[in-house]
Amino acid sequence: MCTLEKRGDLFLLTLTGEDEHRFHPDTIASVLSLLEQAKSQSTKGSVLITTGHGKFFSNGFDLAWAQSAGHGAIERMHQMVKSFKPVLAALLDLPMPTIAALNGHAAASGLMFALSHDYVFMRKDRGVLYMSEVDIGLPVPDYFSALVVAKVGSGIARRELLLSGKKLKGEEAVALGIVDSAAHDSAEGVVEATVSLGESLAAKKWNGEVYASIRKSLYPELCRMVNLTANNLATHNL
Amino acid sequence: MCTLEKRGDIFHLTLTGDDEHRFHPDTITSVLSLLEQAKSQSTKGSVLITTGHGKFFSNGFDLAWAQSAGHGAIERMHQMVKSFKPVLAALLDLPMPTIAALNGHAAASGLMFALSHDYVFMRKDRGVLYMSEVDIGLPVPDYFSALVVAKVGSGIARRELLLSGKKLKGEDAVALGIVDSAAHDSAEGVVEATVSLGQSLAAKKWNGEVYASIRRSLYPELCRMLELTANNLATHNL
Repeated sequence: MCTLEKRGDLFLLTLTGEDEHRFHPDTIASVLSLLEQAKSQSTKGSVLITTGHGKFFSNGFDLAWAQSAGHGAIERMHQMVKSFKPVLAALLDLPMPTIAALNGHAAASGLMFALSHDYVFMRKDRGVLYMSEVDIGLPVPDYFSALVVAKVGSGIARRELLLSGKKLKGEEAVALGIVDSAAHDSAEGVVEATVSLGESLAAKKWNGEVYASIRKSLYPELCRMVNLTANNLATHNL
Repeated sequence: MCTLEKRGDIFHLTLTGDDEHRFHPDTITSVLSLLEQAKSQSTKGSVLITTGHGKFFSNGFDLAWAQSAGHGAIERMHQMVKSFKPVLAALLDLPMPTIAALNGHAAASGLMFALSHDYVFMRKDRGVLYMSEVDIGLPVPDYFSALVVAKVGSGIARRELLLSGKKLKGEDAVALGIVDSAAHDSAEGVVEATVSLGQSLAAKKWNGEVYASIRRSLYPELCRMLELTANNLATHNL
C-alpha cells in the first residue's frame, strides 16, 4: 500500500502497487502513520520525497467504496473528506522540505496530496493533473479550495485547475505556475531529479521546526482550516 | 544614517553611509520620523523614492546589537520586530506613490522595507534579495509573511523567497514577479530610472489620500496585522 524508506538524509514515501492508489480510510491511516514516523525520525537536513508506482500517483478518494454502501455513500464520502484533512495538515507541518515526484496521474484528493508538498515535479511525457469534481458533480471540500488558493497565485490558473474540468499535462501545469517542473521523460527521470533537489536542500542542514514554521506562516487561512496553529516560534536561536 | 530631501515633487529618502544600513532601534526611529515628515509635507503629485549608498540597501535587523545583550538578546529581537511594524505601516499609509531604488543587497527586514514600496527597481549587475531566516534558523515574523503573500502572487515565487535560502539576483526577481525592473547596470542608473518613473507619476497630480486608500484596499489582511484601517474613503468626489 505505502512504504517509507530512509536513504541518507532523504525519506522516500512510496505509494506501492500498480493500482490507482485511491485514498480509502485504510490508505489514509497508513499514509498518516508514515508521515508521523518521518516526523519523529527527522533531523537537520531531512527531506521527504513522495512518489508512486505505475500509471497513477493517486486518482483521488475511493468513490467505489463509498458507493458500495448504498444509502450510506454520503456518510462514507464525508468520512474520507474529514479523515484526509490530517494528511494535508501533516504535510504542511512536516519539519523538513517536501517534494512530490509524480510518476503519473494525480486527480482530486490525489492532486491535493501532491500540491501539499513544497515542490512538485511532473513527467513531461505522461500524467495529468485533473480536478474531476466539476465533471462528476461533486462539490469541492473547502480546504481543497483553500489549498489551491494558497499555492496557486493566478486567478486564471486557479480557475483552470478547479473550474475547467481540464486534464493538465506537465508543460501546461508548469506554465500555469502549479508545478515546478515537467522536464523528464520517465518516472525514473522525475525521481532522479527530485533526489538531486532533495540532496541540495539536505546539504543546507536547516532546522526543520523553523522551516515548518516559515512554511505555515505562508498559509495562515489554510492552516486554520486544517486545524494547524501558524504560530511562529520564539526566537530562541540567538 | 538617513536623510530626506525634496526635489520638485519627489521626496528622496536615502540610507546614507557605506555600512549595511541595518535596522536598529535608532535607525528605525529615524526612518519613521522622516516618513512622517514626508507625509506631513505631501501635496498632490508627491512621490517618494527610497535608496541607499554603498553595497547594501539594507541587510536586515542589527543582530549583533541583539546578541551583545547576552540573555537579553531575545528581548532585543522582539523589540526590533515590534518597532519595525510602524515603518511598514507608514509606507503602506503614505499618501503618495512609493518607489524603492535598490543600490545593492536587500535582506530580511531590509527586503521587507523594499517590498513595502509600490515599485521596486533593482540593479542588473549587482545586488541580491535574500530572506536569510531559514539559513540562520530564525522564524519569520507573521507580518513579514503577510507582506510577501500580499505582494507576491505566485506560490512558487513565495516559496523561492521565504523557503529556499536563495540569493535572488535582479533578473530572477523580475522573472518571479517580485520586482519591477532589473535593467540598469549601476546604482546611478537605477536611481535615474526611478526618478523618471517618479516624474511621470507626479505629473498625474493624484490625490494622495485616495491613492493610499486604494493601495491599502489591496492588502486588507496585512493592514489588519499592521493595525492600519483599510477603510476606503467615502465617495465624496462624485
